[in-house]
Amino acid sequence: MPIISNVTCPVCGSLCDDIEILVENNKVVKVKNACGLGESKFLNYNGHRLRKPLIRKNGELVEASIKEAIRRSAEILADAAYPILYGWSNTSCEAIRVGLELAEEIGGVIDNTSTVCHGPSVLSIQDVGYSTCTLGQIRHRADLVIYWGSNPWSAHPRHIERYTAFTQGRFQASIWYRYLAHLSAYRARRRLLRALKLSSVREAPTIEAEAGLPPTLFRKERKMIVVDVRRTRTADIADYFLQVEPNKDYEVLEALRALIRDEEIDMDTVAGVPVETLEELADVMIGCKFGVLFFGVGLTMSMGKLRNIDTAICMVRDLNRYTKFIIMPMRGHFNVTGSNVVSTWQTGYPYAVDFSHGYPRYNPGETSVVDILARGESDASLIVASDPVAHFPKAAVENLVRNPVIVIDPEPTPTTLMADVVFPSSFVGIETEGTAYRMDHVPLPLKKIVEPPSGCLSDMEILQRILAEVRKIKRETAEVA
Amino acid sequence: MKVTLLTGRTLRQGQGKEYGKLSERYLKSVAVCEMDPDDMKRLGIRENENVKIATNYGSVVVKAVKSLRAPHPSAVFVPYGPWISLVMSSKTHGTGMPSLKGVTAEVNPAPTEPVLSLPELLKRHFKKE
Repeated sequence: MPIISNVTCPVCGSLCDDIEILVENNKVVKVKNACGLGESKFLNYNGHRLRKPLIRKNGELVEASIKEAIRRSAEILADAAYPILYGWSNTSCEAIRVGLELAEEIGGVIDNTSTVCHGPSVLSIQDVGYSTCTLGQIRHRADLVIYWGSNPWSAHPRHIERYTAFTQGRFQASIWYRYLAHLSAYRARRRLLRALKLSSVREAPTIEAEAGLPPTLFRKERKMIVVDVRRTRTADIADYFLQVEPNKDYEVLEALRALIRDEEIDMDTVAGVPVETLEELADVMIGCKFGVLFFGVGLTMSMGKLRNIDTAICMVRDLNRYTKFIIMPMRGHFNVTGSNVVSTWQTGYPYAVDFSHGYPRYNPGETSVVDILARGESDASLIVASDPVAHFPKAAVENLVRNPVIVIDPEPTPTTLMADVVFPSSFVGIETEGTAYRMDHVPLPLKKIVEPPSGCLSDMEILQRILAEVRKIKRETAEVA
Repeated sequence: MKVTLLTGRTLRQGQGKEYGKLSERYLKSVAVCEMDPDDMKRLGIRENENVKIATNYGSVVVKAVKSLRAPHPSAVFVPYGPWISLVMSSKTHGTGMPSLKGVTAEVNPAPTEPVLSLPELLKRHFKKE
């Protein structure tokens, strides 16, 4: 039985490339090294998939030939005045390149899922720049790891184990043992509280949190801090968890900036956090040798959006006067970074690119898909490897499904249920090879480990055929004219 | 009860979607509202009872579950998915990004209203000619 090693996992932006897969009769039977998300994908991808192209006729989706589906899609796109092409972060860079060519050909708007994810981070990075590095550097050297508004335990389950606190770096040791001690203490505390609650003691004494930051934060070895609006699983692992009030990250970041610059704050608390705690935190940040701030969509999706990121980047810039500090967004889908990178090569802009004038224009807030849909301006859409019906706000979805929707996706989703043309594609990274970019902008190859079912083409092939058909229709129309 | 609504990823949601978005497992992983146990007591709701989450932009019925990460009074957490998207605003304040976290909402018991399955939900809220 062939064991395929060094497989890159096509789930999250961590792109773990050490997965081992046992294949039997063109089927994945065992997965090693993957997290819960990766394993679920490799073992279950084939159980619930689309196998035939579908076209909506008289209100119902019915099976059709691939030729018919390509023709129908090309007609919809060629006729559309302002089509949107959305998705792209769960497919390969090669497919995205064809998508950009198609967007230019039909004068549409091409946007990727970073628009509802780290779009504000991209805007801030364009505004103020940022200091960053690869995850390998962090693995070997970072002695202070901060996750802000991010829950890698749930969204990037192996991030901590492979790149930060739990990895054995060349110059920094793993802090596994501290986590175990921490966890058992936490569990014991919860058990005690529960026992007191259930016992006859009327008023259970609450266990006061220790004042100030834990002493582990002032040691030389590696330490991990989590800042979030709610306690997450990642917060349970961390040496210290700082809870801020929802929508107040900006205030905390600005307060930290002031403290890092040695200014006084004339307040007792900021966003529910005592100023003394922030003072100590600022000391920890200044005192580290190599700090890293990973931020998640907790900052981009709450009040302030790109301004939160601006301040976080500025704080890191301030810290670099004293020590080495870098900042990195925790990118979600496996190739969302790739969709930004390819879009930037081809058009000069990372997302929300509008070709309706014949040349690329970029103005998030105007040319971003949620805004276009909310204003009801688009008249057709092509969705590739994404599910906007499940994840866009209601008003945007209403306008999306009002017009023709073409979907290229390997599996049935709410978006395929509302589509007019559906193409079953092969799974990138399982049935099709390609390239994807890790969150630190390192490109990695995705492997083909099994053959796709007959009739399931790759995203790239489907897009190439639609593009060829659109060009044919345009030629035909030109000849008639 | 007035709450701050937070959304995000969970491990179960991530696994649920790999089992298929039309699967029971996905529904059970995302059509839930993690609440502070004290808030649940205050509203008289028990685990797995239905609650209605309403904002200025819409409402949806999901199951209440006890948060394992309490206390977080008057903050509720719902995983990303088609259910919670129904109550979100599409305003992006010129950034392209709708506000999906820290949203003001109202949570109340809804013992008589069912949690809709995905096809029912799409049929009820979105028209496709």
